Amino acid sequence: MSASFATAALGRSFTLDPASGELELVPAPAAASRHAALADHLRASPKLACVTAASRLELRPVPELVLTGVADFDALTGGLPRGCLTEICGPASSGRTSLLLAALSAATRRQEVCALVDAGDSLDPQGAAASGVDWNKLLWVRCASTSRRAAGKTASDPWEQRMEQVLKTTDLLLQSNGFGLIAIDLSDIPLNSARRIPLTSWFRFRRAVEHTPTVLLVVEQQPIAGSCSSLLVNLAASGKLPDLQQAPVCPSHARLLQVLHATVEVQRSRLERKPSQSTRMEFYSRPAWAG
Amino acid sequence: MPFACIFVPDFPVEAIVRAEPELRSQAVVVLSGKAPLEKVCALNERARRMGLEIGMTKTQLEACTGVAMRARSPLQEAAAHAALLDCAQSFSPQVEDTAADTVVLDVAGLEPLFGALPKIARDVARRASELGLETNVAVAPNPDAAALAARGFSGVTVIAPGIEAERLGELPVSVLWDGLSPRLSPHEKDDEDDAEKFLDTFQRWGVRNLRALAALPGIPLSERLGQKGLRLQQLARGSSSRTLKLVQPPLLFEEAIELEYPVVLLEPLAFALNRMLEQLCARLSSRALATQELCLRLELETDLCPEDSAAPAPALPRCFTRTLRLPVPMLDAKVFLKLLQLDLKAHPPGAPILKILLAAEPSRPRAAQAGLFVPAFPEPEKLELTLARISGIVGEGRAGTAGLLDTHRPEAFRIEHFAPQEQSTPTLSEPRGNSGNGTAHSSPITALRLFRPPLHAEVTLREGKPTRLLCPKRKDIAGEIVWMAGPWRSSGDWWEQDGWARDEWDIAMNRENSFVLYRLVHDLLSGRWMVEGAYD
Repeated sequence: MSASFATAALGRSFTLDPASGELELVPAPAAASRHAALADHLRASPKLACVTAASRLELRPVPELVLTGVADFDALTGGLPRGCLTEICGPASSGRTSLLLAALSAATRRQEVCALVDAGDSLDPQGAAASGVDWNKLLWVRCASTSRRAAGKTASDPWEQRMEQVLKTTDLLLQSNGFGLIAIDLSDIPLNSARRIPLTSWFRFRRAVEHTPTVLLVVEQQPIAGSCSSLLVNLAASGKLPDLQQAPVCPSHARLLQVLHATVEVQRSRLERKPSQSTRMEFYSRPAWAG
Repeated sequence: MPFACIFVPDFPVEAIVRAEPELRSQAVVVLSGKAPLEKVCALNERARRMGLEIGMTKTQLEACTGVAMRARSPLQEAAAHAALLDCAQSFSPQVEDTAADTVVLDVAGLEPLFGALPKIARDVARRASELGLETNVAVAPNPDAAALAARGFSGVTVIAPGIEAERLGELPVSVLWDGLSPRLSPHEKDDEDDAEKFLDTFQRWGVRNLRALAALPGIPLSERLGQKGLRLQQLARGSSSRTLKLVQPPLLFEEAIELEYPVVLLEPLAFALNRMLEQLCARLSSRALATQELCLRLELETDLCPEDSAAPAPALPRCFTRTLRLPVPMLDAKVFLKLLQLDLKAHPPGAPILKILLAAEPSRPRAAQAGLFVPAFPEPEKLELTLARISGIVGEGRAGTAGLLDTHRPEAFRIEHFAPQEQSTPTLSEPRGNSGNGTAHSSPITALRLFRPPLHAEVTLREGKPTRLLCPKRKDIAGEIVWMAGPWRSSGDWWEQDGWARDEWDIAMNRENSFVLYRLVHDLLSGRWMVEGAYD
């Protein structure tokens, strides 16, 4: 009995003779014929016939990227991938909602129908309109914990019912097809409650949105979808006060909230090869009255 | 000039069977009259084979097994008649509403559209079958010959010009009055006594069929039976001629079912609704129409209703009405059924159901052509179902689009039904806020995340300005105010009962080596301080 080893780099194969313990060098053409024989053997075996060699697996197509309309963000990430799950996480006043509204605004400008599942019911419709969101193209789902109370049931965790509504609603929206962007706003959900969403739900969402032109965007405090997200972006407040450039003696009625600085960092991206280190960039948002 | 006649044999039975198709394979009798004196007024062929006949009492029928007995339903007969007219109208606009069970239409000139006359007759029968009616269809050169042939021959009959007398001659003389003689000649209505008198006379003369009647000499017949006799002979020869009395049936699409027993659960109700919706959709489809509004009216049992039992007139039925308005014209019975089910689940009738009436408001079907460069769009039918399901999850009025009101009052919006309009070509117009074609780059607008309801805050003031903040409900919103801008004063509706006036402050507070920006509001009317939201 002998064992064979082949190496493409050398263009030779080696055969180990167990009796003598010597290696026998076999020329490459013979190795090729053995490979062919092995392939024939695999094809002949009914159990192995359906096995595809790893080298012949189809490459996953690179998803199309859509721009959010925020120059710095788009320059850093390339945009939001279609048919993928994207997570944007960060604390309060880090620009998450501003980015979300910018993405919705850009999508509705492209005449795409969008949906926002608002777990905390915290969207300001006037502010959304000021951001350029076309309300004729946006479905706003306001989750609340009132219907179950009306039905005479009580929930141990007030957020539990909202989370249930978020999951069911997102499932329905993904099944109905045709949406350009589906956003789930979990920013107000406490981290403990948000982490109770089973990973299987995120896998289900990822599978449902795959091969569709829909962008699935989740806004939250901390990453919760694990490896299901194709793009994970972390936002943080820059730590600068809004008008440090203004004179400190300036009276409050003469001040104006003009700019909100934030930093954005790509923590994970499956769209291309993993970056050697995370990249960070600053961007800012401005209130509607700042012009 | 060919005419087609559509005749529904045993029309009261067909009207019942149309609503309950499972009865088609059974012996069915229809009873009319007040209990306990109901008598059979119509029956189908299977019941006839069992020896049953018109005029039998309910007590006599109870001796027979396997007979389905139903009360006569004028509502269902009206719906069946409307369906019959729709069937005729789907082929020709020149339709005569001859009787409840008979419709005559002019089929001249339809060959280039629908094919040869036999094919037209078959298509008419098939269309009627789709509408739930089993009919006899006959095509003949004149309306009366067509009507006689439809009454006398089952299935599809086509009589070529010139052989009317030969084909009609096989029919018995009784076919002239077989419940239809007044309808054959609307201008010369014979009463039942006349019919019996003529039949007795023909019986005595040995005239059994139309061939024998047609062969009688005209003048002696006129001397003995008068002009009516001659008219009957013309009918028997198939040589009568008259113009159709055309009708333009109104576009009313209503279906009704009177239930034998009160229905309590939604599941059996769904079965009945499904049948009615299928019939409605078939009728609308036959007229090349769709619907944008469905109205469901349920008559409820009053006994189980406490408020009605206390009412002075408990005999009046209580109605429960639900209207389903659709954003676009649709014609899908399954979608309608699901929408009605979801609506009834959210708004249950509250009492057993006795009668179901369903009406559809007709509208032109939508015409849409997708473009190559138009983004994907949810199917309207699917979107309606999704919206209805989501409303069932999050509650009514919590899913839709925000309609902004023309006021500066905070939270001035209302939730409206989400019905995006599909565009065939990409638009170049831009909403306010940003410019460009969807790829324009600019800094985003700072968003405000609202707290609903606003959080009550305890504020420490120094020289009229807030310096410290504490929210009893949110322990994380507490501490020194490190930056502020404002106040921005606004007010409105002071001429109304619910006027408002407030001062707004933008404040920053420390949190974990960073800052969080809030909007602090001082209600000038109540004097309360509230945190309205956080900038994010």
